[in-house]
Amino acid sequence: MAKRVSTSKALNNALDRAMAFDERVFCIGEDIGIMGGTFGVTAGLLDKYGEKRVIDTPISEAMFMGAAVGAAARGLVPVVEIMFSDFVTYCFDQVVNQAAKMRYMYGGNIEMPIVIRMPGGGSVQSAAQHSQSLEGLFGHIPGLKIVMPSSPSDARGLLLSSITDRNPVMFFETKSLYAKVEKLEEEYDPIPLGTASVKREGGDVTIVATGPCVLKAMNAASALAEEGIEAEVIDPRTLYPLDTKTIFGSVEKTGRLLIVTEECKRGAWSAELSAEVAEKQFVALKAPIARVGALNTPVPLAKQLEDYYLPQTENIVDGVKSILKESVIK
Amino acid sequence: MDKEDYLELYRVMVRIRKFEQQATDSFEIGDIPGMVHLSMGQEATEAGACSVLKKTDYITSTHRGHGHMIAKGGKTDRMMAELCARRDGYCRGKGGSMHISSIEIGMLGADGMVGAGMPIATGAALASWIRGTDDVTVCFFGDGASNEGLFHECLNFAALKSLPVVFLCENNLYAISTSTKRSMKVQDVASRAAGYGIPGVIVDGNDVLAVREATSEAVARARRGEGPTLIEAKTYKHHGHFEGDPADYRPQEEVQLWLDKDPIPRYARYLVESGIAVEGEIAAIDGEIAAEIAKAVEFALASEPLDSRETCMDVYSDIVEEGR
Repeated sequence: MAKRVSTSKALNNALDRAMAFDERVFCIGEDIGIMGGTFGVTAGLLDKYGEKRVIDTPISEAMFMGAAVGAAARGLVPVVEIMFSDFVTYCFDQVVNQAAKMRYMYGGNIEMPIVIRMPGGGSVQSAAQHSQSLEGLFGHIPGLKIVMPSSPSDARGLLLSSITDRNPVMFFETKSLYAKVEKLEEEYDPIPLGTASVKREGGDVTIVATGPCVLKAMNAASALAEEGIEAEVIDPRTLYPLDTKTIFGSVEKTGRLLIVTEECKRGAWSAELSAEVAEKQFVALKAPIARVGALNTPVPLAKQLEDYYLPQTENIVDGVKSILKESVIK
Repeated sequence: MDKEDYLELYRVMVRIRKFEQQATDSFEIGDIPGMVHLSMGQEATEAGACSVLKKTDYITSTHRGHGHMIAKGGKTDRMMAELCARRDGYCRGKGGSMHISSIEIGMLGADGMVGAGMPIATGAALASWIRGTDDVTVCFFGDGASNEGLFHECLNFAALKSLPVVFLCENNLYAISTSTKRSMKVQDVASRAAGYGIPGVIVDGNDVLAVREATSEAVARARRGEGPTLIEAKTYKHHGHFEGDPADYRPQEEVQLWLDKDPIPRYARYLVESGIAVEGEIAAIDGEIAAEIAKAVEFALASEPLDSRETCMDVYSDIVEEGR
């Protein structure tokens, strides 16, 4: 029977299922045991699996990220929680130079099955050090997979696949989506990494949106539909590996692409996708590719500033309209 | 310890020394690419510490890792092939000197990032703790790493959880050009153990038996579930930071003082003077290892170089990246 489930609960369920299925899986991080995680994602797991599989650590992110590397090297499957994705900067070396490169440096003779779960993103007035969208930073690093769900059902299915993946996975959760509720069946399958989800079909323009921007893109598409503009909305779900087949196929059909992400635009993952489509699908394009993102500033505190900083539904609507206006081929 | 145990310690030290002497030569003529950091002079610490470990125990190493790997049971032929970036190397030629590793012998890796092996060792010990096994991890690191923040994070956590890990600091007195006198207020790294509620032990790092004894105690303690020990082995490297570094930041008298304390002739003298071995047996080991290293070089140079297209492999378990 279907039940209403929040993203937090859906993630919790995936962790529970993975830990019950495979005793090599363990969780490690700050305040994940007794407290159940700052956003409740690990609630109840300590009681069920004990202190050797749900490990509360001192505040020492670089240590426990490195410990995950060591434990993975010995055949365990660590699921690391970084309390806020911003704090992953404490463990840059362990992620970028160790976890990401170890398989390569060791000639393929080692497995690195680590999931790094991180609440990211803004719109909760948490200011510059608790609100960033850092996926582009890690998308740059060979050896990492980047996952970013936008709904409870995708969150649990993608987390299951991330845990069974044999590579380090940066799993970006979105703070503003934790409370989002969806009616879900109890039974579910893992969602393979590298498969996009077409959220809405349309022939006029392709909107690729990630994480919290998917919802905004859907709202924008509804508003545009009222004006007779049919947008196709694609949530790639994993930024690497990227389902280019689905995205390229859509661009082939619409000839127009708008990319919406919550990262500040400079050096963003959206820029990478834009470049890739420009390089490989130039002849399919009827208009310049456009991007809607956050501004190139730190994330501001005040609500009116943060709302201005973040990409909003009306920015997406405007973005689509200006693409249509600029189209060199109608 | 029986006679063979004593001789094996000597054999391992000589194996490290001759391997690295060969590495110097092979680097000079261009057979070994990249950067090479040698530990010659520190063999007693490497051989002594690893001599008390089982095959199922683990070590993590540093950028100066040949000695650790040999002492943990690494084969010199596959190691030399790795240094020469050849297919039959331990990492299929993709790691080289700075990233040499072998999971099957319990060597979790040399590491180009100073101090980065410390949390990895902590994690290896955490795996023993989670699984309830009695294997121990020895974490080799240097005086330089002891000033990294990770040193604090790892000792605190390992002590807190009583993890089966031994933190073995090879204090060779220099982090490249910076002497410990210019990098630490305290004289001994081991004194920092007090801050974590664990034993801190100072040992003569050029005395292989002393290192063996100190490590043996620490490993036994870890195996009993009593937690980590911080051992500081005072030692010195004969060469500079990397091959090609003239190391003229070290006073000549200091270098000479430590050359006089070279652990290998010192231990050879001990073996003969205490009647454990005769000079002929020592010379036989020297000859046997020289022959082994010559064969290792032959093996390495006979091993096939990598194909450029292999650049795109081993990034992921399931994705081959795009080539040119």
